[in-house]
Amino acid sequence: MTRGSRLRRALPPLTVFLVVLLLWEFGLAALNVQQFLMPRPSVIVAALADQAHILWDATLYTLTEVLGGLLIGGTLGILAAFAAARWRLASEALVPIGIAAASIPIIAMAPIINVWFTADSPVSRMAVVTVLIFFPIMVNTMRGLTQVDPAALELMAACAATEAQVLRKLRVPNSLPYIFTGLKVATTLAVIGAIVGEYFGGPLAALGIYIKSEAYQFRYNHAWAAILIACTLGIGLYVLVLAIERVAIPWHTSSRQEVI
Amino acid sequence: MSEPVVEVLKASKTFGAGEGALAALQEIDLTIRAGEFVSLIGPSGCGKSTLLRLIGDLTPASTGEVRLNGKPAAQARRAREYGIVFQAPVLMEWRTVQRNVELPLEISGVARAERTERATAMLRLVELSDFAAKYPWQLSGGMQQRVAIARALAMDPALLLMDEPFGALDEMTRERLNLELMDIWRRTHTTVVFVTHSIPEAVFLSSRVAVMSARPGRITRLIDVDLPQPREAATRNEERYFELVTAVREALHQGGADEATAAAEGLGTGASTGEGEEDAAARIRAEGYA
Repeated sequence: MTRGSRLRRALPPLTVFLVVLLLWEFGLAALNVQQFLMPRPSVIVAALADQAHILWDATLYTLTEVLGGLLIGGTLGILAAFAAARWRLASEALVPIGIAAASIPIIAMAPIINVWFTADSPVSRMAVVTVLIFFPIMVNTMRGLTQVDPAALELMAACAATEAQVLRKLRVPNSLPYIFTGLKVATTLAVIGAIVGEYFGGPLAALGIYIKSEAYQFRYNHAWAAILIACTLGIGLYVLVLAIERVAIPWHTSSRQEVI
Repeated sequence: MSEPVVEVLKASKTFGAGEGALAALQEIDLTIRAGEFVSLIGPSGCGKSTLLRLIGDLTPASTGEVRLNGKPAAQARRAREYGIVFQAPVLMEWRTVQRNVELPLEISGVARAERTERATAMLRLVELSDFAAKYPWQLSGGMQQRVAIARALAMDPALLLMDEPFGALDEMTRERLNLELMDIWRRTHTTVVFVTHSIPEAVFLSSRVAVMSARPGRITRLIDVDLPQPREAATRNEERYFELVTAVREALHQGGADEATAAAEGLGTGASTGEGEEDAAARIRAEGYA
């Protein structure tokens, strides 16, 4: 893709974004909407600058929880998927656990998890994130490991490949795009999970707790600044996964840039 | 007469068991000798792909025996004595063309230097040297199928199994690849078993055509193709070529008539041989390729 065409692709969403921003800034004032209900973008940016110090600390803390949770949940999900794809018994044992983890109302579970690992520890929120992302990672990885072209399996059989070779040379590469799909879902879930978890306790310098306490004290401009950061965090992680995907599996359809 | 490479001895294949059993192949006898090019032709569901999979030990025979180079087919497969090309190219999209051709060599533990050398030679054979560093999606369908052929030949097998390799290609590409395949066959002296449902293709390529009929799958006629070698584009204009095309077509229709008779007589197709789940899976696969 050339620079020009990339710019052309970015133009429509950028335009919409700017128009919305302008309407927000000036429209709200014109309609006489009260500041605390919906602060104007300029007010939020001002709060961002004003609170920069604590917001920076809070962002780092929450980011640590998100990354830790992604690492633990991602590793467990991938390992479970390998076991489930290999042994029927493991699949029968693990898939229901995954479904159960996915159907837990995280709002109900977060306070309990906070008690298990103590609210002061970031491990609590890592556990919440783990519960949230385990299933999407596991299901996607499993699909990638098992949904292999039957003809490719016949080809491996014709080459007298061992099971380990089939895994290494066929199933694992085949699963990579699926794992990245799972990771993309997981990044946004992880930010939500960490912040929801923080609502039920933790140090003050954490995005979730900050949002909650500032909102209680009617400092909505501060709360909005933190929400903006949380949003940026989610998008940033998503883009990061996208970038890693491009580098890791350049052969995949989603990464192909040349036009045939 | 040269050594037999493929010996199919009274081989039958039944998918499923009891009421729902499907006799895919019934008592097939077929001997293919070194250097032959034998086509299996017949209507959909006649079991030609299943017969090819029996030869390659990709599905076991229900009864009877299949031998390759004098060994049981399973043993020959484990010794990697044949190469196979499917209807789809089945290339690994994460591997370059070069590394796709290297795959069988890699699996059998050939050292890197030799792997590169063999794959390079094979790509030269199919005239794709310039595309070694490309990924499969950057190639046309015909080129992808040539990569699959190069991969099948990488281990220098005595036997090449081809399952409708050009079935998904347009007529022009198919005719060109037929010519190229003839060239490769002459140069490698490989024995070929070739499944097709195209009569002109079977006649043009083969030294013998095995005509099959369906339900149960049987070989109804073996037709020697006595067209002179080498086969070239001009071969398609020879009178003898048209005669043989007609002969194969008639044999195919004859087979259809036989099939009607067989159905009328209710020949035993429900033989219970007690297959398990594996064969049901194999049947689903086989049907997918029929």
